[in-house]
Amino acid sequence: MSDKRNVTCIICPVGCRIEVELENEDILNLSGYRCKRGLQYAKDEVTSPKRILTTTVRLKARSAHVLPVRTRAPIPRSCMKDAMKELKSVFVCPPVKMGDVVLKDVAGTGVDVIASRSWTE
Amino acid sequence: MLCKDLVIIGGGPAGLAAALEAAEQGVKDVMIVERDSGLGGILQQCIHNGFGLHVFKEELTGPEYAQKFIDKLENTGVEVLLDTMVIEITPDKRIFAVNSRIGVLEIQSKAVILAMGCRERTRGALNIPGFRPAGIFTAGTAQRYVNIEGYMPGKEIVILGSGDIGLIMARRFTLEGAKVKCVLEIMPYSNGLTRNVVQCLEDYGIPLRLSHTVIDIHGKKRVEGVTVAKVDENLKPILSTAEFIPCDTLLLSVGLIPENELTKMTGADFDASTQGPMVNQRMETSCEGIFACGNVLHVHDLVDFVTMEARLAARGAAQYLKEKDGSCRGTKVIAGEGLRYVLPHAVCVEKMLDEKLNFFMRSTRPMNKAKLVIESENGIVKTKMLSYLKPSEMINIELKKSEIEKAEGHLKFILQEEGVLQ
Ligand SMILES: Cc1cc2nc3c(=O)[nH]c(=O)nc-3n(C[C@H](O)[C@H](O)[C@H](O)COP(=O)(O)OP(=O)(O)OC[C@H]3O[C@@H](n4cnc5c(N)ncnc54)[C@H](O)[C@@H]3O)c2cc1C
Ligand code: SF4
Repeated sequence: MSDKRNVTCIICPVGCRIEVELENEDILNLSGYRCKRGLQYAKDEVTSPKRILTTTVRLKARSAHVLPVRTRAPIPRSCMKDAMKELKSVFVCPPVKMGDVVLKDVAGTGVDVIASRSWTE
Repeated sequence: MLCKDLVIIGGGPAGLAAALEAAEQGVKDVMIVERDSGLGGILQQCIHNGFGLHVFKEELTGPEYAQKFIDKLENTGVEVLLDTMVIEITPDKRIFAVNSRIGVLEIQSKAVILAMGCRERTRGALNIPGFRPAGIFTAGTAQRYVNIEGYMPGKEIVILGSGDIGLIMARRFTLEGAKVKCVLEIMPYSNGLTRNVVQCLEDYGIPLRLSHTVIDIHGKKRVEGVTVAKVDENLKPILSTAEFIPCDTLLLSVGLIPENELTKMTGADFDASTQGPMVNQRMETSCEGIFACGNVLHVHDLVDFVTMEARLAARGAAQYLKEKDGSCRGTKVIAGEGLRYVLPHAVCVEKMLDEKLNFFMRSTRPMNKAKLVIESENGIVKTKMLSYLKPSEMINIELKKSEIEKAEGHLKFILQEEGVLQ
């Protein structure tokens, strides 16, 4: 049984609606894209969509309670929930510098979570 | 009283980039006055990624983008005055500010760059009937609560307006465990960037209901729900479509307005559609030696353009400090049919800082394909085909100095929609 899925390409402002025909995990056909970049994007989207996760963790500072953080690289969308859960128990004490690792290998993705800003006191 | 060569009001991305560029241009006594306790402006609460693709060629979060500038500022000699709010500015560049430690501060500056950013439209500007229960926030305020203060304003949320902040907050709330019921947009198209509709709503299965608005808010102490309805072509609610949606929080993401109380005190000319001051090619207002950049000038969707504009304003201020020239206006720039506005509003060719100049504009409505025509009294200066235009995505066009030189009288920008594609 083949299955149809719609993907909106977000690589450029055109925002093509790309239709992907799937059979189980295999791509049978793609249509509606205007360039190669969109083709690749749609393939990734249906096989393993990835996003950078940005959120906050708790901070033990005098003037703030939370520190903005991000995954260094995109992680599978399916791991977002688990990543958020793991980050709930992370506490950071200043000083912290932008780019410092606050959690290694989040949710088994092999990707580290890093600080998005520095905090001195 | 303090005396300075250049005072920059606001320490957001616009103020930071302006300060760095001014220092680089050799301007000596530069001071940033910022009312908050830290630098970075609105970027510190925009913890999502999507900043810096043009300026740094990588995708950064808001705080990272700000940090890069803050780190660079360290060895420049630029003075930073935090927790200090400017309350008055005179046309001859005398600035009054308040600070809880020092009290009232008076600064006489030779040049000023306005970089105060913008603020959100609030419910008052929208006229939704009902009581004033707790649980109604602008999207930016909610963003501040969650990302800076670290607490959640609600559990079941409806968002009115599909501006980027609302879309970003829909995802943020969902990740933090709240239920976002839907995003309502009165227009038949989204007001946010396409990438945000995809990454923030579609990724999480949050419905975007176009041509819908809130017609009533329920609850006396706390929001208990909203009544929503479809609107017709004239944006009038169709009452037969009214529907009740229970929720404890309503977020308003209905647009931003430049923060221009101070600018008005200078007596500078204003543009009714940007609600910001009119500027020339070096981002100078009609008030000599007073420059403006960033969201105070017009609301930007990309911080990269804010940085570009700020650098231009700083170079303009450096030129002014050196040459002590007036605010030359030269060729007038006019936004014609199809365009909401065009910036800068005037070009003085002799004073141009580069061999080319970027013009920023927004279309009045979405267009799949359109021809941009730039004409002067003596004919067409340039035409360009553009596709997939949306009012929410700024158009950026470069004109060569030689092209502007040839134009007589004015430069008029017109957007002509071409036969619909697809
Ligand atoms: C929620 C949100 C999401 C965004 N998302 C993106 C995105 O994904 N990608 C992207 O590229 N761009 C994004 N933008 C756009 C970009 O961040 C803004 O255009 C940019 O931050 C504007 O910079 P600014 O310096 O003009 O204003 P601001 O950042 O608002 O800075 C103004 C500063 O001036 C200070 N100030 C104001 N009045 C006074 C006074 N009287 N005295 C002293 N100080 C004063 C304020 O405290 C503030 O620090 C987003 C904007 C918002 C609001
Ligand atoms: S497919 Fe190509 S043209 Fe279409 S949105 Fe993606 S990148 Fe843009």
